[in-house]
Amino acid sequence: MSDLAAATKADFPLLSRDVYGKPIVYLDSAATSQKPQAVLDAMDGYYRTVNANVHRGAYHIADIATQAMEEARAKLQHFVGAASPREIIFCRNATEAVNLVAHSWGRTNLREGDAVLLTHMEHHANIVPWHMLAAELDIELRWLPLDNDGRLDLRNLDRLLDGVRLVAFSAMSNVLGTIPPIRRIADAAHERGAVVLLDGAQYVPHVPTDVTELGCDFLAFSGHKMCGPTGIGVLWGREELLEAMPPFMGGGEMILNVTTEGFLPNELPWKFEAGTPAIAEVVGLGAAVDYLSGIGMEAVRRHDTSLTAYALRTLTERHGERLTIHGPAEPAARGGVLSFEYGDVHAHDISQVLDEWAVCVRAGHHCAKPLMRCLGVVATARASVYIYNDTSDIDELSEALDRVGDLFGPQ
Amino acid sequence: MPGLEDLYREIVLDHYRNPRNRGELPCPPARRAEGFNPLCGDEVVVYTDLADGMVRDVRFGGQGCSISQSTASMMSVAVKGRSLEEVEKLERSFKAMMSIVTDGGEVAPPADLGDLEALRGVVKFPVRIKCATLCWNTLTESLRS
Ligand SMILES: Cc1ncc(COP(=O)(O)O)c(C=O)c1O
Repeated sequence: MSDLAAATKADFPLLSRDVYGKPIVYLDSAATSQKPQAVLDAMDGYYRTVNANVHRGAYHIADIATQAMEEARAKLQHFVGAASPREIIFCRNATEAVNLVAHSWGRTNLREGDAVLLTHMEHHANIVPWHMLAAELDIELRWLPLDNDGRLDLRNLDRLLDGVRLVAFSAMSNVLGTIPPIRRIADAAHERGAVVLLDGAQYVPHVPTDVTELGCDFLAFSGHKMCGPTGIGVLWGREELLEAMPPFMGGGEMILNVTTEGFLPNELPWKFEAGTPAIAEVVGLGAAVDYLSGIGMEAVRRHDTSLTAYALRTLTERHGERLTIHGPAEPAARGGVLSFEYGDVHAHDISQVLDEWAVCVRAGHHCAKPLMRCLGVVATARASVYIYNDTSDIDELSEALDRVGDLFGPQ
Repeated sequence: MPGLEDLYREIVLDHYRNPRNRGELPCPPARRAEGFNPLCGDEVVVYTDLADGMVRDVRFGGQGCSISQSTASMMSVAVKGRSLEEVEKLERSFKAMMSIVTDGGEVAPPADLGDLEALRGVVKFPVRIKCATLCWNTLTESLRS
């Protein structure tokens, strides 16, 4: 298990830094991953030797810039098993991708009285756009609940799907790590004629992804959680859906023609990419995809799963009753995201003490307030792993948790 | 590097473990206000009972970290029985201690902060300042409501 981290850790310059004189223990990749040298080099190289605006320059470097961007698009196409590069829309992040679907597909296809089915484990990025649309169109939002093991409770799925036009759910929870039975839900939704949007922000960086196998119609994800830079994300959509949708934002790049009377939208994918794109970030994301593909996403998933199993086992052994880890007990049913509580110490205090030991975990509601409410907590601490973490990081976390006990434990 | 002992002073932990004035007051006559810290999900509810320009009684509730809860406890002790003017002065001195400049940047008038002095170290942990000011903002809201 640790072999992967041994091979990759040196690729990530940040991981060689100290915090307060101690080696950093980075356990917050669910928030954002660290970046390998290859990604930094690709972006730096782009600015140093290629930088030019894309798509309309008839000179050499403009041509190379355009090619670099479209090559990266093709890499992303293959990374998620899309049928065509026209289905890969670059946007800022997963949040913008969901908003694109809400604005463009939602406004065109949803009518008063239609329902959108979400789940109790969604990130705010896949809740608030639907609240906003509901306020505008008078559509109904429905919620798939969770069971006690932090898995989606599908017993009433059929009933809940009645009248639903869109099912939008997370392929991996950013709080519980839960991976729901994606295909089963997608098939049930399609049987009722509903469209399926997957929030892949946590899933795509960690699990081999093939949109055909998943059976979804849209997939949203962010580059920065998969070794790529911030400011770049992807919406994948089935071509016939994207074709039928109106543009999201208006401006340059997204038009074929503009007159004083109106405009003609561009072809896919540029129809949805108004303005100068984040070219360097696209190039960086392309390099991240190469990096991950070089490791192999099966190997990434295997590493995550065995490290998660190690964490679940050793943390529970050492801290016993004091430690509550949320989410599925079975490592195969989840990703490497561990939300936990430690006695009745508030998450903020836990992360503050861990910080003293250079252990970086997140504390708070993780942009999932409805889920916090289901769990009956206001906040949790969350440790999350990626390719560069190994058992020693989990051991450091475990040891630092003892310090939390020392400070806040029963007197 | 600021140490944890700057933040988690013994008095702070004591107010956290044994909060004073935790509870509710019947509304009306008391006033109630809620405050949220969107950053970490902390919630605080402040009840105030005013009479003749004085804070006759105060209670607080909610859930949050040791800093937000202990500040609420210490604040409740500090403001109980004080005039609205004195409360405002306390708030301004407390916020000055958190390096928050209030109202046009005047230097806050000195006030005896009592136990609240123990929170001086919070200023060295910028993300935690919001935890310490949440209950003060909620108190102000409740007094104004
Ligand atoms: C499940 C999930 N969905 C959506 C998002 C939003 O991602 P971004 O902030 O990059 O748009 C996140 C990131 O925290 C996430 O974990």
